[in-house]
Order: sequence, then C-alpha cells, then structure tokens
Amino acid sequence: MPESIDLAAGSDPASHDLRIVDLTKRFGPATAVDDISLTVPAGSFFALLGPSGCGKTTTLRMVAGLEDPTAGAIYLGDEDVTYRKPYKRPVNTVFQNYALFPHLDVFDNVAFGLRRRGIRGVDKQVTEMLELVELAGYGGRKPAQLSGGQQQRVALARALINRPQVLLLDEPLGALDLKLRRQMQLELKRIQTEVGITFVHVTHDQEEAMTMADTIAVMNGGKVEQLGAPEDLYENPCTVFVANFLGQSNLLTASVTGQSGDDLLLDVAGNRLTMPAQRRGTGSDRLYVGIRPEKIRLRHGDDAVEAGGAERNEVSGVITDSSFTGVSTQYLVRTAWGQELMVYAPNLEHDGRLRPGASVVLSWNPAHTFGLEATGDLNAGLQEDVLEVASAAAGS
Amino acid sequence: MTAGTADLAGRNRRRRRNTPYLLLLPGLGFLALFFVLPMLFLASNSLQTGNIYDGYALTWHWHTYVQVFSDYHQQFIRSFEYAGMATVAALAIAYPLAYVIAFKSGRFKNLLLVLVVAPFFVSFLVRTLAWQSILADDGYIADGLRTLHILSSGGRLINTPFAVVCGLTYNFLPFMTLPLYASLEKIDVRLISAAADLYAGPATAFRKVTFPLSLPGVVAGTLLTFIPAAGDFVNVEFLGDPLHQMIGNVIEKRFLVQTDYPAASALSVLLMAAIIVLVIIYTRRAGTEEIV
Repeated sequence: MPESIDLAAGSDPASHDLRIVDLTKRFGPATAVDDISLTVPAGSFFALLGPSGCGKTTTLRMVAGLEDPTAGAIYLGDEDVTYRKPYKRPVNTVFQNYALFPHLDVFDNVAFGLRRRGIRGVDKQVTEMLELVELAGYGGRKPAQLSGGQQQRVALARALINRPQVLLLDEPLGALDLKLRRQMQLELKRIQTEVGITFVHVTHDQEEAMTMADTIAVMNGGKVEQLGAPEDLYENPCTVFVANFLGQSNLLTASVTGQSGDDLLLDVAGNRLTMPAQRRGTGSDRLYVGIRPEKIRLRHGDDAVEAGGAERNEVSGVITDSSFTGVSTQYLVRTAWGQELMVYAPNLEHDGRLRPGASVVLSWNPAHTFGLEATGDLNAGLQEDVLEVASAAAGS
Repeated sequence: MTAGTADLAGRNRRRRRNTPYLLLLPGLGFLALFFVLPMLFLASNSLQTGNIYDGYALTWHWHTYVQVFSDYHQQFIRSFEYAGMATVAALAIAYPLAYVIAFKSGRFKNLLLVLVVAPFFVSFLVRTLAWQSILADDGYIADGLRTLHILSSGGRLINTPFAVVCGLTYNFLPFMTLPLYASLEKIDVRLISAAADLYAGPATAFRKVTFPLSLPGVVAGTLLTFIPAAGDFVNVEFLGDPLHQMIGNVIEKRFLVQTDYPAASALSVLLMAAIIVLVIIYTRRAGTEEIV
C-alpha cells in the first residue's frame, strides 16, 4: 500500500525546519527527556551530543515516530507530526546497528523505501545512490557478506534515497574502528553537503560531533545544557558539564577582588589572575574559572619570565606526571593548593628538564580564561577514564 | 628433535584429525543398528513370499508393489490430503500463537511455552480419546452446531474426515508452534522499526520483513507436522470411520491383523518414498537453502 508523501522541497527552506517544542518523555518514573526545545534549521548538520542515558536517542526516536512523547510537540516546517506514524513521516533513520534486512540483498535494501511508496523503476536511483556511498557493484550482495563500514554505507543509502526532510543518524559510527570512523566522518560530511538534507546526528563522541556538525546541542540528564556552533561551545562553555564533556578543562575556584577597565581581578588560592569581565558568565563573586589544557604554556621554574609575561596569568606547580602522545605531551601539574591541572604542550622544542618532580610555571593569556557559575560538581561531564587517570596520577 | 618425538607428534596430529569421526561413532552405530538394518529388513520383507505359518522366502517378488499400489492408492492420496489439511490448519493456528508468544507476551512468555508443550504430559492415546468426547454426537459442539443449523439434525462430527483432521491438527500443533516460535523469536525487532521508518505500514512490514524472516520456522514446522501426520493411524482409528482409512491404518492391519508382512512392508516403503519425494519438492520450492 503506497503512501503518498510530499517530499518535494519547498522554495522556502525555513519551511522545513525541524522544531521540537517542550518535548518530554517519561518511562514509568524515569524521565528520559525533560522538556526540551530545539530548532534545527533546514539543511544543517545538527548533533545531539551527550553521555549514554542523557536522552539523545530517545529524542531521536520521537522525531522518527518510533516513540510517542509524553508531552510536547514536534513540527516539520509548519506541520505537527508529533503523533504521526513513523511510516507516514518524511523522516528516515540510520540505525545504530544498521538494521539491514538480512533476507534482502543490498539493492533491495536500498530500494525498500521507494517501493513501499509505490515508486516503480527504481534501478537508476538505487544505482546512483550506491555510487554516492561508493558501493557501486555491490547491489547483489547480502548484508552478511559486507564489512561493518560497507553495511554502514548501505544503511545510509537506504535512508538517503528517500530524500527525507530530515535524516536521523543514531550513533551511526559507533561500531566502526577508529580509523574507519574518522574516514566515515569526513564521508558523511561530504554526503550531507552534496545532498543538502538536514542531518540530525546522535553521538556520545565529542570529537565526532565537533568534526561534523554545524550546530551541537549538548544534552545531560534529559535536558539541553548548551547549544551552539562547535567553536563557540568549546571556547565559551556555559556550564561545568559542557566545559568538561566537550574537550577538557582546568576549573579553578576563584573569587572576584575587583575590576580594572575591562578586566576582572581574581584571587585563586592566593594567586592573582585576570580575565575579561565580559566572560565572567555569572553575577556571583565566587565563580569557577576555566582554562583549556592546550592554551597553557609550561616553562621550567628556573627560567626567566618571558617577554610580555607580566600580562599573562601565572601559576606555579610541580609536574606529577607526563605522557607523550606524539603530537603533544600531556602533563599533570600539582599546584601549591593541591589541585592537579592538565597541560597539553605541543612537541615543538623538547625541554628535557620537564619531567615529573620538576618545578614549573604555568602561564596563559587572560583572554583565554572563561568563567562559570560555581555550582554543582567540578567533575560533572568528565568521562570515567579521565577521572581514573586523574586519580591514579594523584595517588602516585 | 629425535625420531621418537616426531613420531609422537605425528600420532597426536592424526589422533586430533580423527577425533570428529570418533565422536560420530555412537550416533552412526545407533543409526546403523536401529535405522539402516530395519530398513533393509523391511525392504527384503517386501520382496518375500509365503505366509506366517510356513515362513517367508526372498523371491524378489516385485509384483507386491504393483498389487498394493493399485489396491490402496486411494488411501495414499487420502493420507496426503488429510495431512495437508491438518498442516494448513496447524499453521493457521500456530503462526498467530507463536507470534504472540515471541513478541507480545512479556513476562508470560515462558508460561505460554510450557502450555504449548503441556499436552505431551498426557499420552497420545488419551489425548485422541478426549477428542472422541469433544466431538461426540451428544457433545456440546455437535449440539451447538445443530442449534445453529450449521449441522443437519442427523449430522455428526465424530467418525468423519473432519474429526480426523481435527485430531491430526491438535496432536501435531506443538511441532508446528515450537519451530515457528524459535524463528520468530530470533527476529531483531529493530528490523521491524526500520521497516516502519521506511514507509512500511504494519501489514507491509509483516509481509516484507517478519514473514520472510520466519520462513525457516514455517518450513521446519510444516515438515514436522506433515510427515508424521501422513503416516498416522491412531486418529482414524478413534475419530474416523472405516470407509475413510488412511494408509497408516492399512499398514497396521496388514502387519498386525492379517500378518501379510510382504504387502505391509511394500506399503511402508512406498509411503516413505512418497514422503521423501514430496519433501524434496517442497523444500526446493520454499528455497530453504537460501533462507537457512
């Protein structure tokens, strides 16, 4: 029974925005998605980023129609599709485990959606789509005869061929190994640019989200913590969770001691630091100040202050651990007040004295400092393995 | 390495290579003793002449086959008809049942599965006898059908082909249900979500995804029902009438009542050959090689 679905792209792209309004989903007593509102502009590559259990997949399933919301609404353009059956929505999904039909060959898998809509003569479209995902000539194979990366491409082709208004991708690269994942990230981005369809991508991998998405919504505990372009989120995180989940941050507890011009004067355990007043992020006099590990410069304690050093924020400490990662060396430095700070130093010139036990001075440009409201856990959003490394290093 | 250890290593390798065959031995021995040997006896019996008092002698009397086929081809055809009807009926009942158990039963799944096999705790004969009272002339069902004028006032259910097919369907239902359940239960429900996402409504999703993926269960279930049903004689004995016998009844009478071993053996060999041919045609048509 063919469904007639209007998939023709309108002249006004704004009419195809995906809007999620006050969406809530409860499973019994548990709230998976807690009153979120989002607008995904038509044609954009949007990422829902968060740890497992943050509600991102549930949100995606509600957009696909595979889950009914407890409250709220979903609009595609001006149309309310909140309770519309999945097979009547101009939305397609690339499932996490691909969910390819094992009894059908690649060609029939890809043609499935077109045929269900009563479209005849699908050969040309399927062939073109297989070419787009670089699987030309694989039409006669069964999914079980393909590698993970190839299956992933078939899943993508099977969804894309329907020219949905929104393509949903549920952790599509989760099952691939690292190298293939990097390759497919670029591939997906290329395909999205080529077809111009709105992609909503669910992932827990912050690097993946930043590589591909135009806009990222960081989710935590069923809510959207922050939404913005990757650079913006990275440079100006608004919450401790975002600062820790998206990249890594050193967060220091500071109190405001005054203001000089556009600079805020801070005290961190007796150290005088400054930061731009506009990046304060909170009205309170007690706040967290954050600095990204790669923005910190490390010099040996015996070295003289470098030129222009007077304007830089400086903190001294002792290296407790260092690990060489190729591109950079990661140091853990214990400050006088006992906090471990992380520093990523690019491997330009190697200073042999920078070994565990060495006294060092950390310095950074005050403009790179960001302020956060001093509420909640300093470790919110830290991945478990990072915490383990930190505590292991602290223990040694 | 000395010659001795090389020898030992070689022997170990040989032993390891032979292990699978050693493991096969008990099964092969059992089959040889209880299947191949009786089959040879049966085949040789079918070519003998003589009688129970004077003894039988192998005379290669092929004419027995011609004789029994011309005498009993009707019963052969009837057996396959009854077995076919029972298989279709069992499939119609078992498929929805297995579907519900596999996808919709939640925490009652195990209980329902136990209920499916529960009839096996009662003897085959007792279960078939129970159907005698279910379909009896003064039973509720016959009465009810007469009241509704579906059954004429003198009409009966017991001792009719209908009763025999009912009995066959009932007796072999678990053999249909269990393989169906096994293949339905294996289906990844995410595939059904994917079908819905790709514009397939519930009916289309079933036709295009669920049913094709359950075909191995359909094939296994129909074979497990059809084959024993075609050779059955108990259901006709208790629920049927003497004019509509199945081939199983003929064989039983020939063996046990008339002690005409050659004819009974020839009928058995013919029945087996016919079933093998039907099964081969069926599995070819169903294309199981590709599905399984």
